Amino acid sequence: MSHHLVEARDLYYAYPDGTAALRGVSFRFTHGESVGVVGANGAGKSTLLLHLNGCLSPGRGAVRIGDVQVTRKTLPDVRRTVGMVFQDPDDQLFMPSVREEVAFGPLNAGLAPEEVEDRVSKALETVDASHLADRPPFRLSGGEKRAVAIASVLSLEPDVLVMDEPTANLDPHARRKTIDLLRSFHHTRVIATHDLDLVLDVCTRALVLHHGQVAADGSPADVFRDEALLAACHLEKPLRMQACPVCGTGD
Amino acid sequence: MAAIESALLQTGRLDTLARQDTAVHRIDPRAKVITTACFVLLVVSFDKYTVAAMIPFLVYPLALLTVGRVPPGFVLTRLALVSPFAVVIGVFNPLIDHEPMVRLGPVVITGGWLSFASILLRFLLTLSAALLLIATTGFNRVCLALERFRVPPVFVVQLLLLYRYLFVLAREAARVLRAYRLRAIRSRGVSLRVYGSLVGSLLLRTLDRGQRVYTAMGCRGFNGILHPSIPLRFRTVDAAFVFGWCAFFIVARLYPLPQHLGHAVLEFLS
Amino acid sequence: MHMADALISPAVGGAAWAGAAGLAAWSARKVRLEMDDRKAPLMGVLGAFVFSAQMINFAIPATGSSGHLGGGLLLAILLGPHAAFLTITSVLLVQALFFADGGLLALGCNVLNLGLFPCFIAYPLIYRPIAGTGLARGRVMAGALLGAVVALLMGAFAVVLETTASGISDLPFSSFLLFMLPIHLAIGIVEGLVTATVVLFVYQARPELAVAGQGSTGSGRAVAVALLLAAVITGGLLSWFASGNPDGLEWSIARTADTEELAAPGEGVHALSAHIQEKTVLMPDYAFGDASPEESAGVVRTGTTVAGLVGVGLTLLVAGTLALVFRPRRMSRGASA
Ligand SMILES: Nc1ncnc2c1ncn2[C@@H]1O[C@H](COP(=O)(O)OP(=O)(O)O)[C@@H](O)[C@H]1O
Ligand SMILES: [Mg+2]
Repeated sequence: MSHHLVEARDLYYAYPDGTAALRGVSFRFTHGESVGVVGANGAGKSTLLLHLNGCLSPGRGAVRIGDVQVTRKTLPDVRRTVGMVFQDPDDQLFMPSVREEVAFGPLNAGLAPEEVEDRVSKALETVDASHLADRPPFRLSGGEKRAVAIASVLSLEPDVLVMDEPTANLDPHARRKTIDLLRSFHHTRVIATHDLDLVLDVCTRALVLHHGQVAADGSPADVFRDEALLAACHLEKPLRMQACPVCGTGD
Repeated sequence: MAAIESALLQTGRLDTLARQDTAVHRIDPRAKVITTACFVLLVVSFDKYTVAAMIPFLVYPLALLTVGRVPPGFVLTRLALVSPFAVVIGVFNPLIDHEPMVRLGPVVITGGWLSFASILLRFLLTLSAALLLIATTGFNRVCLALERFRVPPVFVVQLLLLYRYLFVLAREAARVLRAYRLRAIRSRGVSLRVYGSLVGSLLLRTLDRGQRVYTAMGCRGFNGILHPSIPLRFRTVDAAFVFGWCAFFIVARLYPLPQHLGHAVLEFLS
Repeated sequence: MHMADALISPAVGGAAWAGAAGLAAWSARKVRLEMDDRKAPLMGVLGAFVFSAQMINFAIPATGSSGHLGGGLLLAILLGPHAAFLTITSVLLVQALFFADGGLLALGCNVLNLGLFPCFIAYPLIYRPIAGTGLARGRVMAGALLGAVVALLMGAFAVVLETTASGISDLPFSSFLLFMLPIHLAIGIVEGLVTATVVLFVYQARPELAVAGQGSTGSGRAVAVALLLAAVITGGLLSWFASGNPDGLEWSIARTADTEELAAPGEGVHALSAHIQEKTVLMPDYAFGDASPEESAGVVRTGTTVAGLVGVGLTLLVAGTLALVFRPRRMSRGASA
């Protein structure tokens, strides 16, 4: 069975205060696909992502991961399959040391200590943060925090990686490193972001959300060429696709 | 405000101290918690006029200080920083209690002064013991010890998280406050009307954060129990630490040698 | 001014510790039984919030001075009594360990003084019945004011009881009490005002929180009755142990002399200003320590015990009356929740 498949059918979600955040979202991401979910602030990106591993359950519609429907019963299974990196690493990193932070998930999953140790060092190596293992995570720089947050999810060895604004608040260097890291993964990736250049670099597909609905779904290059659509969704063409005012080149 | 802010800042310093690697730091946190408890209990069990017999108890904080490489100035400024409630109260004793207790030639020391001195010494001993426990153990390992003492997990988890978000939220409050002060230059405190929305919005953000933290923990399979990844091992050294110190405390409590000595000297003088 | 190790005897500290630990264990069980596992992170961040909120001083109207939130009642309103009690306990633990505020043995006293009363008396017996679903301005204000005042007065009373019973300080019971109560009445009024302001702001922004908070309180009255019983027992035990404490006692017997006259007005004023300054400038501490009234041994024992029981009795009376007075309203509000 393939766990790498992510499918949403007609998702509706309203927050307890009545805000309708998702209004009929459907899609199907296949194995190894890397999808950029873009949209203005408040478009519903975070809300959508929280549905993918059952942190929120839809008011209507359903989410399937592989051939498992996300329900209360399948939650533990789903959460082992879908790893979620949150927007603010401060919300995610709470253990006293990076090592314990990365071990948190595997320990909760009930893995044996040696296995946990193995996974921790592997995950830290992947994000190039082995030297941080004994530091407290909340005293790291923004880029380091992001790397540790990703490692803390990788240690669960998920098939699907879901990330909320992975480059928000990063300096150019840390942003570049994060992008390179994302490119190196072979997981099915779902990345919510305003950073359209990141989408061009990392994603094979772009899903544009607007007011809780899918406004466009296609290859990033195609979607981002449609200026009318981008304007309607409060987005802007990626810098790389804009005419350069300094040297006068571009498309 | 200033006091709280600097205290919060120094808390980071305590963390740094706690991450050192010394013989004291390596002692199992449970051993240190037990020893500290025994220490405090025996110190406060002294009679209210005791001064001299308490002096040997200074050995324990001094030992932790030296072996644990904690700067004495740090502990002392820290003690001066706190609201010296005990001292404020103790000041009344000399005013109230005029009973002569000790005669030293022409000088008469009243019970009030003796008990005041005793309060100061208790203050110094008990609080430095608490500070040194943290400075040589670290909060997280103290929490780990609590968990082993069968403190309910829900308590330990929220205690850890409280500590974790102490700085995050303090920084948030400091930012809000700075922004406010820049626009309200004269006032001493925030006016009550503004206060409601200022602290209220801080609270709303805190509630949202609580929700997000809960979600993030749930995503990684958290179900109310923390699984410590660094196992605690209670070794012979740890047992020796507990028994050695507690034996010393008990002896020092039962046989007030310095006091006998002091009395002898005083008698000799008078 | 938290209760401090330097001012208490092992018997008082130990009894309070036992009481506080028992309550905490019971609260933890309640929280777990309610299956409120999502509360643990919320409790943690709200505990941290109390620290950060205390960094923000407000101007006390018409006085020119400033103060800050205590937070006990606010936590009870947001989390419900059991979770709030645990959170207050950990706030105090962090203060004891990091801020050298109080000390480890005095922690038990502090948890009772600052946690028991707001969580298990002021909130279920006063705030909830008055404030109802929590959206009506006047009711929230009245409930918070009354709740905070009662919680602070009872806390102050407990502090006096604990210090007197310990006998390390020489301040006598009655003058100490007379001096503490008015101050804590004032502090309580301000605390209530501030708590209400914050709660109202939050409820206005997120009405759904009012309803949520409502759901989490459980059966207020049964809880309260059980807790008052616990309070009576603890109070009685505390005074009993205290009076049996040999340390304070030997000296009381030896020196039955001139103790009645102290706490001259001048000292009172001085201490009062010191107290207010501390309250407003530093942490939200409470009480003052005090004193063995050095009459004869018998007088001490009877006096203390009687005082403890009278205090608890008064509390019961006040709380019971309030609950009765406000019961009908609470029922009707409860239906809409
Ligand atoms: N906890 C919440 N309670 C109520 N409304 C919310 C909450 N979180 C988000 N919303 C609302 O839901 C909508 C979608 O939000 P979100 O998914 O966070 O957008 P994005 O991540 O695209 O910026 C917004 O209108 C937002 O205000
Ligand atoms: Mg978002």
